[in-house]
Amino acid sequence: MSMRNLGRAATLAASLVAVAGLASAQSPNLGKKITEADIQQWDTAILPDGTGLPPGSGTFAQGAKVYAEKCQSCHAEGGKGGGAPGAGALIGGGPLNAINTPKTIKNYYAYATTVFDYIRRGMPYNSPRSLPDNEVYAVTAYILGLNKLIGEKDVMDAKTLPQVKMPNQDNFIMPYPDRI
Amino acid sequence: MSILPPNHWSARSHNILAEQSLLNRRALLGKGAALAGAGLGAATAGVSGAAAEPLKDEKWSLEFGSTIPAVQERSPFEKNVVRTLSNPNGEMRNSHARTQHQLLGGTLTPNSQFFTISHCGVPNIDPAKHKLVIHGKVRQPLEFTLDTLARYPMVTRTAFVECAGNSAPLFSNQPMQITCGAIHGLVSNAEWSGVRLSTLLEEAGVDPTAKWLVAEGADAQLLTRSVPIKKAMDDCLIVLYQNGERLMPGNGYPMRLLVPGYQGNMNVKHVRRIKVIDQPAYTFFETKNYSQILPGGKTWRFNFLMQVKSFITYPTLGHQLKEPGFYNISGVAYSGNGRISKVMVSADGGKSWGEAALQGSVNDKSFTRFNMPWRWDGQPAVITSRAWDESGASQPLRAEFISARGQTSEPVTNPLLFPSQHYNSLTSWGIDSKGEIKHVYA
Ligand code: HEC
Repeated sequence: MSMRNLGRAATLAASLVAVAGLASAQSPNLGKKITEADIQQWDTAILPDGTGLPPGSGTFAQGAKVYAEKCQSCHAEGGKGGGAPGAGALIGGGPLNAINTPKTIKNYYAYATTVFDYIRRGMPYNSPRSLPDNEVYAVTAYILGLNKLIGEKDVMDAKTLPQVKMPNQDNFIMPYPDRI
Repeated sequence: MSILPPNHWSARSHNILAEQSLLNRRALLGKGAALAGAGLGAATAGVSGAAAEPLKDEKWSLEFGSTIPAVQERSPFEKNVVRTLSNPNGEMRNSHARTQHQLLGGTLTPNSQFFTISHCGVPNIDPAKHKLVIHGKVRQPLEFTLDTLARYPMVTRTAFVECAGNSAPLFSNQPMQITCGAIHGLVSNAEWSGVRLSTLLEEAGVDPTAKWLVAEGADAQLLTRSVPIKKAMDDCLIVLYQNGERLMPGNGYPMRLLVPGYQGNMNVKHVRRIKVIDQPAYTFFETKNYSQILPGGKTWRFNFLMQVKSFITYPTLGHQLKEPGFYNISGVAYSGNGRISKVMVSADGGKSWGEAALQGSVNDKSFTRFNMPWRWDGQPAVITSRAWDESGASQPLRAEFISARGQTSEPVTNPLLFPSQHYNSLTSWGIDSKGEIKHVYA
């Protein structure tokens, strides 16, 4: 090996980072720094205590209008479901007396924030993220109202939505608490 | 059916081997003399009974072959090896493509056959524009691209991915007459290559109060699941390659979260955002779809683990035993707890058992193929398998499983329904005297 190549090999060895036991100083650190402000449009995660809920509000009556225009074609009148393949019922739901009881918002969901979050990220199914937040609050209020989980006059917003008590909320058990 | 504790099972198995047609694997792996002693001699004599014809060259041995294509395809004779589709016409709803295990061998599911579930179609993602951000309870939010991740130390491992709803037809109170793939087609196994999630989380600097992260995909519904930080720091990967090539679009292109051994849906595909949080998000998929109703009406949530399971792939419904004699009972076993330690096979509906040979290397949270040589005497038989893992967990017997998890009160007729999820009891196949195979409960 020539002197030049030997020298090169030495520099190469010096710049090789031991992969085993990667310490943070040796970590590649190639992620671009970004601010929470830049992530805001993507940051839609909503937690059951209301963390992440956006400003805005809506009522049952406002939601009925949104529903008729943007949801009914698939979920059918009054949330009965079945207007399109796979678009299930948004109302009703029997007692959980069989392992295959159809799960619904009323008989199954633990938190009303889940309804809001799912609609905001995925509905209308054919045009996701087209609803302004006020309309998401309104149509959520409409669905919760149809299920008698809130009154028809109740306003849904970042404060009231997490307070809605869902019937199945306390009926869950966690099989693996030690894995959290 | 009596339920015996695991130690009782293994102690008994070898005594009983001699009484039945399962051939002790040690005989086959080792001495040829023992093999003949186990009765194989008689069986092969039957096979060679037909007179052999003189050999001649076939057409393909006499002409120049076809052009080698850039991307190779399977032989046209294998055209029936395809995933089965729940939504073949692409209706605007969820869709499932199931792996036909009874038509495959080995342990790695080919990418073309790897199962897919999409809740809103498969997104067509330009990898140059895809971004992954890590933020929330971290010191410094970070953004990664495929290019930057490609410069990281890469880890390669095998892992199965299994939908919580895999094997759901076995919750029917009557055995459905469907193939192995129709029952178990929502699990597949691959070699994955990617970057440790812990490396990226450490670079972002996770706050000590953080307990969960919520991972989000770039699909039309931004599918979102909560994953415990504990698991994320343990063995989760951001994977870029599947069996040596870039991820299939239906399996998460250009990058997915791999959560080895946990519910398939938690392995978020097309992952674009990981938010570190102090409480789970109770997203739609962990609240409704991937949560289970128990007998008595209680419900499970965050049922992460895919428990130890095995199933026979050959011979099963759709195969036919053409004559008595030697057959190799083969299948796969896997566990979210770790490695498979033992697979027992029975050919008499669970009355007696023999220990199967485990093929190749036995990998953590991965398919392990098992073999059990068997001499079929032409009489009705019921074949079944039962696996143990290194944590000591074993597949519960059906009676035991059903008493804990329930079954439907009416027979299920649609194999695409999910009466419940997380079935990990046994699967049994009944063989009649004509060699025809039916799905049975034993
Ligand atoms: C193009 C048809 C279509 C339209 C329009 C539509 N949905 Fe849906 N919706 C679906 C389908 C399909 C599903 C089931 C998705 C799945 O299986 O993952 C669904 C699921 C839901 C669910 C979950 C129900 C449950 O518990 O399973 C809610 C809530 C919902 N839609 C609300 C809405 C609202 C509110 C609107 C109007 C803003 C709307 N949808 C518009 C098709 C539609």
